[in-house]
Amino acid sequence: MTRSHKFAGAASLLALSAGMAHADPALMFDLGGKFDKSFNEAAYNGAERWREETGGSYREIEMQAAAQRVQFARRLAEAGSNPVVVMGFQNAPTLEEVAPDYPDTSFVLIDAVVDLPNVRSVIFAEHEGSYLVGMLAAMANETGTVSFVGGMEIPLIAAFACGYAQGAKAVNPDINVIVNYTGDTPAAWNDPVRGGEIARAQISQGSDVVFAAAGGTGLGVLQAAEDAGVFSIGVDSNQNYLHPGSVLTSMLKLVDQAVYDAFTDGPGLETGVVQMNLAAGGVGYALDEHNEHLISDEMQEAVEAAKAAIIAGELSVHDYREDSACPAF
Amino acid sequence: MSKGRIPHWADVTLVPLTSVLLAFVISAILIWAIGESPWAAVKLMVEGAFGSSYGWGYTLFYATNFIFTGLAVAVAFQARLFNIGGEGQALLGGLGVALVCLYIPWPHWSLALIAASLGAAVFGAAWAFIPGYLQARRGSHIVITTIMFNFIAASLLGYFLVNVLRPQGAQDPSSPRFPAETALPKLHEILGVFGIPFSTVPPVNISLLVAVGMCFAVWFMLWRTRLGYQIRAFGESEPAAEYAGISPARITIYVMLISGALAGLMAVNSVMGEQQRLVLNAVEGAGFIGIAVALMGRNHPFGVFLAAMLFGFLYQGGAELALWTGIPRELIVVIQALVILFTGALDNMVRIPIARLFAMRGAR
Repeated sequence: MTRSHKFAGAASLLALSAGMAHADPALMFDLGGKFDKSFNEAAYNGAERWREETGGSYREIEMQAAAQRVQFARRLAEAGSNPVVVMGFQNAPTLEEVAPDYPDTSFVLIDAVVDLPNVRSVIFAEHEGSYLVGMLAAMANETGTVSFVGGMEIPLIAAFACGYAQGAKAVNPDINVIVNYTGDTPAAWNDPVRGGEIARAQISQGSDVVFAAAGGTGLGVLQAAEDAGVFSIGVDSNQNYLHPGSVLTSMLKLVDQAVYDAFTDGPGLETGVVQMNLAAGGVGYALDEHNEHLISDEMQEAVEAAKAAIIAGELSVHDYREDSACPAF
Repeated sequence: MSKGRIPHWADVTLVPLTSVLLAFVISAILIWAIGESPWAAVKLMVEGAFGSSYGWGYTLFYATNFIFTGLAVAVAFQARLFNIGGEGQALLGGLGVALVCLYIPWPHWSLALIAASLGAAVFGAAWAFIPGYLQARRGSHIVITTIMFNFIAASLLGYFLVNVLRPQGAQDPSSPRFPAETALPKLHEILGVFGIPFSTVPPVNISLLVAVGMCFAVWFMLWRTRLGYQIRAFGESEPAAEYAGISPARITIYVMLISGALAGLMAVNSVMGEQQRLVLNAVEGAGFIGIAVALMGRNHPFGVFLAAMLFGFLYQGGAELALWTGIPRELIVVIQALVILFTGALDNMVRIPIARLFAMRGAR
């Protein structure tokens, strides 16, 4: 090793330790990748917002295989990243294994609960937000049929469908709710062509409001709804702008906010379970200049009343995940 | 194919190595084009995959998966059957492993390993049997049926995980964790017996030895048994094999059973050895990587072993690359795709010039 090499080595070591002192946060995406137009991308947007506002930097990593869950979580903690934000319920076992080994690192798990002293678990009340958009769907509906396009038939997505159906039936008990799922492979989350096909099939069965909770697949659903001149409902992020006049509203799930909060709170953040429900503003329906002419004052009043009732605890929306059953079907 | 003009040693070493080299050169140009240093990237990949026992552990873990799926494709290809259903067969193998581990109380991992291997092999073989039968008796093309069966397998597994195996109230569509007795010994425990230190982190486990054993078993079966001879004869020429009294239908079904069993065995490594529970999409494309591994390994068990190591290196080295550089994950997939492209699809692009080279030398 030459002298200059030694110097470079020392400098990089210094840089490394300086980085550790700053303790940059890290974001670990779930399988599906950063730009899935949905869950992971919302996390990315939250992290980017934090970067723009604070001028800080963060480390991010995308996975290719499930074996990398534990591997990457460990590497991030070892590299001194703090807090480490981990996306997706499939990472609950990951943190159960990794978090106890790094007690000084704060972990944040989005979409599932892990009961450990250095883990913050952020869970969303998707059923509550879906209930509200279900009400809007039933109020905008004229044919007596509304529909839902899910990604994969897993409990999480079934909770969207169940909340949606409950909301729709609260407005119109006789309404027919068609539910279809895109597929059983990860491709189901990113198959807009198939999403469009399913939406068209539902529209031909009389549906005039289609709610998509299927990641990138939903883009095809929204397009098909606009082509057919019916309403659609977006998901996760505010998708009203995609097809103004056709997207009735969007079911908001503020994953970006959860990531932004975690990054802002920094190392040593408060742990425990964070409920991102209607009361906390973690879920909701989107109302902006693109859809305000679609949502009449009566519709908005009805939804706001239901929202207040849910927050006050007077109205309870059944969560499919509690007992794997849905009273609305 | 101009196989006759290339000496055997060149066919099995020079052609694949040149292909890999070409793939790496183009990858280097791509990395350079996005403004990263190719040399640093290569160094990071090699160090990440082979620079520590930690890296070796992950490389070997991925390689174990690819050995199983690669062997599955290779065996079928010896009979000129293109089994691209390794993905679905491995998924079903995972179901077999899960049922064996969850519903039978095992006193010791060794018994559980034998039973789970049988479960994985039987389920994988059963899943390959149907396309095999349809090909043998009904003439439905195996490429079409096996790929369709991948989707059916994914749906079936989704049904089982969501409705049958998932513990009540759990969010995650996956089976409960297997009992601790079924945990397979990891490589560091095995090497620890001999006093060799090895990283405790990577999931590489005793299935690696099962995989290596399977390489020998497949070699023995193909080149030292009557069945293997029949398979190879059938693959070289179906009419000639039939004339010699070999039943095409029987060989087709046998080969698919063996192929499916090998693919199913992959689940012992990934489901029992690593995850310790059955999750959605447990195979993650290893079934398809198996096709590339078999192509590159010239459908020979030893070649499959080497090719699986190469892909294990690409997986682990690629992971390190994604972790420590600004090179996006997509580019790592591109590198892997280039290797597949050159070793598989563009095989003749390398083979024909090499054959010419040898022809020129021979003429002199």
